[in-house]
Amino acid sequence: MDLTKLSAFEMKEKLHKKEITSRELIEAHFKMIEDRDDGLNAFITLNKEEALKAADRVDEKIKNGERLGLLAGLPIGLKDNIITKDLRTTCGSKMLENFIPPYNASVVDRIVEADGIIIGKTNMDEFAMGSSTETSYFGPSKNPIDLERVPGGSSGGSAAAVAAGQVALSLGTDTGGSVRQPASFTGIVGIKPSYGIVSRYGVVPMANTLDQVGVFGRDVSDAVLMMASITGYDEKDSTSFNNPEGTIIFSSFGGDIDEDYLKGMKIGVPVEYLKDLDQKIREKMDENIEILRKLGAEVEEISLPSLEYSLATYQAISSAEISSNMARFDGLRYGYRAEEYEDLDELFTRSRSQGLGDEVKRRIMIGTHLLSSGGQKEIYERALKTRTLIIQDFHRAFEKYDLILSPTTSEVAFKFGEKSQDPVAMHRSGSLSVGANLAGLCAISVPAGNVEGLPIGMQFIGDRYKEANIIKAGLGLEGGRKIGL
Amino acid sequence: MGYKTIIGLEIHVELSTKSKMFCGCKNKFGKEANTHCCPVCLGLPGGLPVVNRQAIEYAIKAGIALNSEIMKNTRMDRKNYFYSDLSKGYQISQDENPICQGGYIELEEDGKTKKIHLERIHIEEDTGKQIHTDSGDTLIDYNRAGVPLIEIVTEPEINEPEEARMFLEKLRDTLKYIEVSDVKMEEGSLRCDVNINVLDENTGKRTNITEIKNLNSFSAAVRASEFEEKRHIELLKKGEDTEKETRRWDDVENQTLSMRTKGEASDYRFAADGDISDIDVDREWIEEIRRNMPELPDAKKERFMETYKLSSYDAEVLTAARDIADFYEETVKYNGEANLVSNWMMGDVLRRLNQDDLAIEDTHLTAKYLADLINLVKDKKINNNTGKKVLRDIFETGKDPETIVEEKGLIQISDQGELEAMVSQVLDDNPQSIEDYKNGKDRAVGFLVGQTMKASRGKANPQLVNKLIVEMLEKR
Repeated sequence: MDLTKLSAFEMKEKLHKKEITSRELIEAHFKMIEDRDDGLNAFITLNKEEALKAADRVDEKIKNGERLGLLAGLPIGLKDNIITKDLRTTCGSKMLENFIPPYNASVVDRIVEADGIIIGKTNMDEFAMGSSTETSYFGPSKNPIDLERVPGGSSGGSAAAVAAGQVALSLGTDTGGSVRQPASFTGIVGIKPSYGIVSRYGVVPMANTLDQVGVFGRDVSDAVLMMASITGYDEKDSTSFNNPEGTIIFSSFGGDIDEDYLKGMKIGVPVEYLKDLDQKIREKMDENIEILRKLGAEVEEISLPSLEYSLATYQAISSAEISSNMARFDGLRYGYRAEEYEDLDELFTRSRSQGLGDEVKRRIMIGTHLLSSGGQKEIYERALKTRTLIIQDFHRAFEKYDLILSPTTSEVAFKFGEKSQDPVAMHRSGSLSVGANLAGLCAISVPAGNVEGLPIGMQFIGDRYKEANIIKAGLGLEGGRKIGL
Repeated sequence: MGYKTIIGLEIHVELSTKSKMFCGCKNKFGKEANTHCCPVCLGLPGGLPVVNRQAIEYAIKAGIALNSEIMKNTRMDRKNYFYSDLSKGYQISQDENPICQGGYIELEEDGKTKKIHLERIHIEEDTGKQIHTDSGDTLIDYNRAGVPLIEIVTEPEINEPEEARMFLEKLRDTLKYIEVSDVKMEEGSLRCDVNINVLDENTGKRTNITEIKNLNSFSAAVRASEFEEKRHIELLKKGEDTEKETRRWDDVENQTLSMRTKGEASDYRFAADGDISDIDVDREWIEEIRRNMPELPDAKKERFMETYKLSSYDAEVLTAARDIADFYEETVKYNGEANLVSNWMMGDVLRRLNQDDLAIEDTHLTAKYLADLINLVKDKKINNNTGKKVLRDIFETGKDPETIVEEKGLIQISDQGELEAMVSQVLDDNPQSIEDYKNGKDRAVGFLVGQTMKASRGKANPQLVNKLIVEMLEKR
């Protein structure tokens, strides 16, 4: 039996029934990581010794009949911008190549409390800036579906590891689509929860009003399991949501398909997202809309005019925030420091020039310019206003619709190098996903078939804190496709 | 028509909250370097700020005490710049929506009052502290990073350097009163920058504003302002202008030196800090804080003049600091001698405190001791000079006045027979003085009283001695 092919729920069942031990499970996954010599490069740092110790502790608990956490014994990967105590956290950057944090992110504490086993830290675009993992200082990860193609990004390592059976579950972060796009590219499920649902404490920010920790699983139930384990109020994060009502469905999703998930659901498809959409992807979406209708959903086209500006708005706001969030990496207290410098200013500029990559520098420069009163501050201020318009447009849509639907991406996984020399094309890859971040909404990417042999996902966007709706839609579509509707 | 000096002040005050502004680290001065730090105040990746409610409360208290309008909605912003003591590459501060707008402090000068208005009070976090070693290294202590500060910005309404001192003293006293800060300049819990320029009232020409930094005492602020005032006027006289610049006060050389011109000033790229949601200040909370505010110096001074019949000057001095005012009232409560207590406190007590730079609670003197001591003098059990010695003893030993008087045998000698014997001996020893007296030199009496007091080791009742000497001289 190949333990790495099981779903997280199946693993849980076998562990509980004592058919397997956590140690066996974890060892099988490390073997999978070591055996795949095709160089997926999904991980930056492995945590083998500690992981096996943690697995033994879970096995001990099982043996003694102790109460087990939700993730007991399961192999989990963490994107390398999530701070782990005593375990190197690089953010995919030379700047933090040797950074070993003295504390845990709140989500890491929750995983540990839920008895999850941290396998390692997954590869990512440098400081989460990119859509392909090609900006990682540690080299790109590969797409397990097609090794010549990118796994997407920035959480590409987390997606590739789940897709390849190197972990059962993983965490990523989603600032403009960085969980959903790689989920779509690698044929797995990715959820970006509403802003405030998951604590950001200890998650290295890219653009802090847009960032949210997201989850990957090979099916919707697995992703929900991961999410249920990390959500909840955290007093260390002032933007944490204190009282989510009806947010999470905790009941077990055993695999039975309940056609009622989608019955009566009203789903709007923004025409703004359909413009310029590749014909083959459009056809794939229509095929999925038919499935949704068969499951009882009402699907119709709607218009959210402000979405046309969502990418520009996203770029302005995220760059501005990046420029400020990246300022602490100055080479003084931790991280890379230039070897030669004459004075403090030179220490700062050389450490940053040598320690940060091109894409990061590009965004810092754009953001700095956008916040300078002598620069283009009015553009930043206009972006803040446009963001309000986008929020209002979504708000109006959710008065009438339960969900908003689009393909997750306007393309399938592209080849290495195809876009890495063209930053604008790379940025455009987030056009369908950034809206949810700007408005703080929840969204899920669900595998929706293949286009020319490569996977593509459908994206359901739900209103803020209405995670239940995107989960139901995900389960419905997944089940519908499974029974061949 | 002449020259008019225009001064505005920017004062940073560290709030004496239990913990720091955005994390749970202790807010304590003088601890071993880098022992009160965490991922948040060290600016480690992933650290997030959580606003300290007590800091907001203290800022509101300061706003109420300084007659400011407390804003219903206030926002924290990021002030972006690079410096070694700044752990995040930005300081969390307030730009467009400070917690307090307006306000004023009223100064009394030559019987006239003048209001110095405030522009705003805003909240921000302190930076770390640089330590330059002898070997040329710069070390950084982040214990101070994230300590809550309020910045108080005045309107440019101060017209004399001395007025700046008065303002600063009143501000310090007020903030100390409401117990929101230690306001110790030497520990850096109060820091002040001066903005100064001069208007030529004949021509209407104004010099460019100079900002003065590195002022480590009120006196430095005054001297620096005086130095700049002169410099500006001299340039105006020559038909020249000052540079728009920041200057540093050199306390040793007694002069200001250029630090940087404003042309090089940074653009701080202010933007809302998305990690902190806007702060809505509940009206009821403000009212609750207002209700619990202690009596402020101005009101207390009025009450002291009314209740204790003190002069305006005495009342001002006794109410300038809350601990002194409280001590005064407690002492009066014990012995009911409002006037005597005022005299003792204004004299020997405050002199001693100033001389040793001590707070009254850090000495052995208690209100009960002082009340008892004053009673001993009033009841003529000891004389005034002995009283002063006993006060010194209390400060040194912490013993109560009765014990000191008893142990040292200081009880005043008022026994007629005992004193007569002493006087008689003194007269015998000083025949020249008797002769002087007979020749009409009254000064001799004073000398003989002194000799008798000396013989009694200060314990004799001086009035009685005086009377006896005159009587006995007449008999000789």
